[in-house]
Amino acid sequence: MTSPLQQKLKITGPSIVTANRTWDGVVIYRTAAKDWSEQLADAAIVRNADEAKALLAESVADDVGAIGPYIAPVQVDDAGKILPGNLREEIRRTGVTIDLPV
Amino acid sequence: MYAYDEIDRTLVNERVSEFRDQVQRRLSGELTEDEFKMLRLQNGVYLQLHAYMFRVAIPYGTLASNQLRALAHIARKYDRGYGHFTTRQNIQFNWIKLSDLPDALADLAEVGIHAMQTSGNNMRNVTSDQWAGVAPGEIEDPRIWSELIRQHTTLHPEFSFLPRKFKIAITASEHDRAAIKVHDIGLKLIKNEKGETGFEVLVGGGLGRTPFIGKTIKHFVHGRDILSYIEAILRVYNQYGRRDNIYKARIKILVHELGIEKFSREVEEEWQQIRNSSLQIDDEVIEDIRSRFTYPSYEKLPHMPDELRQAAADPDFEAWRKNSVAPHKVQGYSIVTISLKPTGGPPGDATAEQMDVLADLADKYSFGEIRVGHEQNLALPHVAKRDLPALWKALDKLGLATPNVNLITDIIACPGLDYCSLANARSIPIAQELTRRFANHELANLIGRLHINISGCINACGHHHVGHIGILGVEKNGEEVYQITIGGRADENAALGTLIGPGVKFDEVADVVEDIVEAYLALRERPEELFMDTVKRLGVEPFKERVYATR
Repeated sequence: MTSPLQQKLKITGPSIVTANRTWDGVVIYRTAAKDWSEQLADAAIVRNADEAKALLAESVADDVGAIGPYIAPVQVDDAGKILPGNLREEIRRTGVTIDLPV
Repeated sequence: MYAYDEIDRTLVNERVSEFRDQVQRRLSGELTEDEFKMLRLQNGVYLQLHAYMFRVAIPYGTLASNQLRALAHIARKYDRGYGHFTTRQNIQFNWIKLSDLPDALADLAEVGIHAMQTSGNNMRNVTSDQWAGVAPGEIEDPRIWSELIRQHTTLHPEFSFLPRKFKIAITASEHDRAAIKVHDIGLKLIKNEKGETGFEVLVGGGLGRTPFIGKTIKHFVHGRDILSYIEAILRVYNQYGRRDNIYKARIKILVHELGIEKFSREVEEEWQQIRNSSLQIDDEVIEDIRSRFTYPSYEKLPHMPDELRQAAADPDFEAWRKNSVAPHKVQGYSIVTISLKPTGGPPGDATAEQMDVLADLADKYSFGEIRVGHEQNLALPHVAKRDLPALWKALDKLGLATPNVNLITDIIACPGLDYCSLANARSIPIAQELTRRFANHELANLIGRLHINISGCINACGHHHVGHIGILGVEKNGEEVYQITIGGRADENAALGTLIGPGVKFDEVADVVEDIVEAYLALRERPEELFMDTVKRLGVEPFKERVYATR
């Protein structure tokens, strides 16, 4: 779960590009349609460094819509369902692992 | 309480207008994120895992009831109904929208609260003892000097682009509740042999990746010279501090690498050039600031009122009183610490409802004043002893009467991987499990004073290095692993804890803490021997053996 802010670009398996939406900070994922979605299921999958760099580059270019795009690992199960590749991304997708105080 | 003057109010309002314009330009695309990032950080706006996080300053930990209500309003209107009090007398809101931030800042400005310099490489919120002005034996109220430094350093161009963030803490009591030895500059108010007010100045303390205990750089700096002396330190830091490596950029690294003698010589040389300048403080300036602090008109009250005598028959009240109520400098009054560490709750969180009702209780029982401590608890600083039973009942209804202040469940924890974009591991669930494990208050009292501090990464926002038991979450092969230290402390005898061995998994942390506590209970020579006394007497080996014997 080393923070992506402290990581070098390294692709070891299926990956996606994720960011936060600029106006409200909500977690978003880059889609194959060159847009953003709140659903991980809509994310474009990349499988090598060149694809990842290209997806990241187009994501970074949308500076108005998204903040801090980065490449994150995912797992894709036999049915094609995309799952977060680590606890950090699981928490970003599903929220905090604790009950909120309210 | 401190009353802002017209200059302060204008400054805060102008800042809101500036930020509103900056946010609009960011949202329209006129400003890129690269251009905007520093601007948002200078207004306390971070990007975290799920959302923006908004950090609001509570200078020297003092809040008026209307300010606490304003924080409740922010939580309710712009966030998810709660806020998180931090280890540096700030409050954080975790779910705020960028588009709402200008309105939130404007609402806060109405009550004199802002978020300036709660982030970025500048002078951060000046912190102090949460019992300032009411603690028995205090030299004088350290908030007057905190306010002087706040005024001087706020938006000061020379301190706005430092090599790295810079934190100052001030205490005026022998017992250090402000953790001054783990700050970039720590100031201890003292009197010299002539009875003049001044400071022992410490420099180069800090936690994070490379922790250091601050070193005394000057045993006495006269009060009138404190701004010039601080400025001299900052000038040396500005000149020699590393800007090429973020991990070596804090002043603690510079002090360590130069050595305190060489560093102090550099500071002395700089100071001699500026000490007799306009930075020398006239008595009138201090008196003007002093006059803007208002103090309650205390009544003459008995030491032991009937209400308190009668309530003592209730064991639940007594458990809370013994734990949460501290002596006040004025007879008949007490300082009441309000635990924000309920069993199973996230440390330091308070709901909007709790903040609102607490503001009402402050009006009713504490002259409208609330304090925030670095231990992530609140305090009511002026409670008449006769009112303690009624206050306790009201706090209990609100879920704020957990009798665990300074006990094992009074845990300091950072937000960790549940919120923080820098974290490698979760902190809050570890704290929650520990509060459940040690929920029995008789057991917690049997154990006695024991501070647990938890950080979710090496940046150490949970101050794990100075926990009696410190817990640091790291990542190893994709899993959360926790390193345990023993023997740290953040008070006047500040020390860094010692690592006891290999890290343990998430599910094992509470068991390990239980093992350490059981070892302590078996090893202590008498019930009065506190955990830290046992560690001091025996070292960490017996604890290490106990923890790793079966692992």
